[in-house]
Amino acid sequence: MKRPQLERPALLEARGVTRLYGPGKGCEDIDFRLHEGEVLGIVGESGSGKSTLLRTLCGMETPDAGRVVYHSDVERCLDGATDDGELDLYAIGEARRRALLRMEWGLVHQNPRDGLRLGVSAGANIGERLMALGDRHYGQLRAAGQDWMGRVELDPGRIDDAPRHFSGGMQQRLQIARTLVTRPRLVFMDEPTGGLDVSVQARLLDMLRTLVRELGLSVVLVTHDLAVARLLADRLMVMCRGRVVEAGLTDQILDDPQHAYTQLLVSSVLTP
Amino acid sequence: MNGYNFAYLDEQTKRMIRRGLLKAVAIPGYQVPFGGREMPMPYGWGTGGMQLTASILGEDDVLKVIDQGADDTTNAVSIRAFFERVAGVETTTATAEADVIQTRHRIPETPLSADQILVFQVPIPEPLRFIEPSEEETRVMHALEEYGVMHVKLYEDIARHGHIATTYAYPVKVDGRYVTDPSPIPKFDNPKLHMSEALMLFGAGREKRLYAIPPHTRVESLDFEDHPFEIQAWDEPCALCGARDSFLDEVITDDVGGRMFVCSDTDYCQRRQEEVA
Repeated sequence: MKRPQLERPALLEARGVTRLYGPGKGCEDIDFRLHEGEVLGIVGESGSGKSTLLRTLCGMETPDAGRVVYHSDVERCLDGATDDGELDLYAIGEARRRALLRMEWGLVHQNPRDGLRLGVSAGANIGERLMALGDRHYGQLRAAGQDWMGRVELDPGRIDDAPRHFSGGMQQRLQIARTLVTRPRLVFMDEPTGGLDVSVQARLLDMLRTLVRELGLSVVLVTHDLAVARLLADRLMVMCRGRVVEAGLTDQILDDPQHAYTQLLVSSVLTP
Repeated sequence: MNGYNFAYLDEQTKRMIRRGLLKAVAIPGYQVPFGGREMPMPYGWGTGGMQLTASILGEDDVLKVIDQGADDTTNAVSIRAFFERVAGVETTTATAEADVIQTRHRIPETPLSADQILVFQVPIPEPLRFIEPSEEETRVMHALEEYGVMHVKLYEDIARHGHIATTYAYPVKVDGRYVTDPSPIPKFDNPKLHMSEALMLFGAGREKRLYAIPPHTRVESLDFEDHPFEIQAWDEPCALCGARDSFLDEVITDDVGGRMFVCSDTDYCQRRQEEVA
């Protein structure tokens, strides 16, 4: 008898991932599973190892120990995957890792200027990932660009403007459009609302939440802002000095923190 | 010969460059680094092309040098005089009679044959440079065939001008693998690279890179499905020889707006004028 699947399949797994620049600097012995369609928040103060962990997860920094395993779509059947579609991120070569980052993953930088090409127009920025996948039809690229500018609440009429003439919030929207245009399954976000003022932040978060639900994205979200985590994340991991000190459902952690550091973090939030 | 080794460079250097050339021919379009030497002229004047010419030149070879298609401009005249002096080789302006043709930014209109070699002078050999300043990164991009960004530039052209406005140094894909800068030849010459009879060698002196397009190699110019690659066309024929199939230069003849269009390839133009006369 075929049993119904009770748990949604895992998409990304960290197994004992360690990346240390020195004792206590970096991340140590991290284990977690990210399921399909789930938003995982990683919170902690500056220097707690969140960003190091993110860089290790998305293939930009080789871990000292442990494995990052991605469960690829069996139908797409990427090279280097085992029969059940398991892909060890650092056992496959750089070529496949970069292909993965191009085709199935997306990365949203904290600073939109790191993720955008400032010298070329907004349309070219959105089209770049499509062109990298082999799209060679100008009309379709342009239509996709306009469609996505609308989706991230940018004026499609500004498709030929260079992003350096956009405001910070608009640049961040453009970066999100550029990342999501290829319909990635998994998106890494590093402080997506960092450096934006609160009203712009609120609209961006609202938009992000809608897109995540609409596209059924899985997201690893790094933030120091608990309000952002509360709004977007289904599950939270709290990091302190390179280690995960508490993990669980977002509401559970924020409303009933167990670890002393989490309690400190939650009680430090300013309320106007 | 005046205390110089044949063709200026010492034999070890020529061997080194020839080894590089063999590798370049074996991997069409791939940029091979080489230990470029100081040449007795400034970078940007064709030191890369001259080093390649010096290493492949034989005593019986006939050399032709062109600069923007012309045999009689400064760059062409001085490089031709240089090899006359340090190699004592015979020189010519006739395309069909030359064994080695060093060129700055044109391919002769007269079709080349299998026993000829064309040597290009290249300022910037890296087609990805305009969008990726890091050499380390561009090498990885070549290795992994990450060429999506090349189309970003073409996309920008269409978005700004309504058509692909790149008219020279138009990027090509060689043998379905490496994206290559064909040196700043006008895109008019790009189709001549495809399945060429002659061997084409490219040398960049400042950047110390050489690459090759061997004979009978596929060379495709990058484009979009709905904006295909096109070459330049002119409304009028050459004012001197009446050719309609050659690349024309606009020449200003006076200060009241007078202008004429003439062949950029002087040898081709002259030969046609002689035929008519």
